[in-house]
Amino acid sequence: MPEINMVVNGRSMRAEAEPRALLSDFLREDLSLTGTHVGCDTGQCGACVVHVDGVAVKSCNMLAVEAAGCEVSTIEGQAGPDGTLNALQQAFQDHHGLQCGFCTPGMVMSAAALLKENPTPSEAEVRAHLEGNLCRCTGYHNIVKAILAASGQDVSGIAAE
Amino acid sequence: MYNFEFERPGSVAEAVAALKSEEAQALGGGQTLIPTLKQRLAAPAKLVSLGGIAEMKGVCLNDDGSLSIGGGTTHAEVARAAAAHYPALAALAGGIGDPAVRNRGTIGGSLANNDPSACYPSAALGSGATIVTDRREIAADDYFQGLFTTALDEGEIITSVRFPVPEKANYQKFLQPASRFALVGVFVAHYAGGTRIAVTGASEDGVFRWSAAEEALASGAALDGMAPEADGMIADLHGTKAYRAHLTGVLTRRALQAMA
Repeated sequence: MPEINMVVNGRSMRAEAEPRALLSDFLREDLSLTGTHVGCDTGQCGACVVHVDGVAVKSCNMLAVEAAGCEVSTIEGQAGPDGTLNALQQAFQDHHGLQCGFCTPGMVMSAAALLKENPTPSEAEVRAHLEGNLCRCTGYHNIVKAILAASGQDVSGIAAE
Repeated sequence: MYNFEFERPGSVAEAVAALKSEEAQALGGGQTLIPTLKQRLAAPAKLVSLGGIAEMKGVCLNDDGSLSIGGGTTHAEVARAAAAHYPALAALAGGIGDPAVRNRGTIGGSLANNDPSACYPSAALGSGATIVTDRREIAADDYFQGLFTTALDEGEIITSVRFPVPEKANYQKFLQPASRFALVGVFVAHYAGGTRIAVTGASEDGVFRWSAAEEALASGAALDGMAPEADGMIADLHGTKAYRAHLTGVLTRRALQAMA
């Protein structure tokens, strides 16, 4: 089996994996980073979104060998070393941007990619950007609100639903 | 999925050599191929990743004004880099799938797969693009040969696609919101020599040129109420043949309106 090296959340990591191993499975099974969730395993739900070399990808739709030598960021790398949530995660908590939490890792990683590209997105831009992330609990409203809040925009006028 | 050997060559020449072995399959961005492998609808003995080939990536404007896009260029990159040169093509690329899919999926992969509902085939056919491979150049009019079928030979790689840039163009996609493919998509491009209309998502034979509408436009006629034959259109739970034929007419008129 080939040995795969990658830098995950700033740390060099390596493990052996078959060519057919998906990046999502490699992260979860071989590197024990189970924060990346596998919802549909068909590339549709977005729960498995991570960043590879700075861009959001669906890790269930990418082979681990394709990420060899890359910098990978997962949900585990978002909070500070002492566990302090970053601004985006804190906004999800403050605005109740999750219920069961299963889609949340992917939502946070997709939102982080959006805010990097577009630091103050409109509500429509946030909704359009999340079209590849499915949430079956919240109706998206508070997720969108949390992302707008994390971008520093005033969300006091947006009613909770 | 079944296991396979894996190679990641650094050049087109190495990739062509690697694809010569029995049951080898090229891997672009994998956004269709990987789900296909998971479902065991394909079981190649070897995957040859095209992701490490720098010469197949990027967008560049040629001296003759045409736009060349490397076969390994992602949809997200086309959306960004083609925006100033060919806005309708960039907009089409920026509407494929979702953001994470656009960061992996490639134009070469999409055209090689020739899904009957994919967006890119309509842009290539509607623009009269040239598909450039490791061994030859193929005109779009000869390239698309039916459902998931193209003029590509076994092991042939799309290294780039050359688009003549039209005076005006527009793509209208009627979204199938679950798959994010086109329920029907119409790409209209106006060149000095005439207007080309390419339709995806509608026909059982994949992307096609709606010649009757092109001829009507050339003769100065309006397309009011016009639609292609419903016979031969795709029918599924999302829409009947007649519905898709009707949508083709509506979307063509919308594209022309947007270009006016």
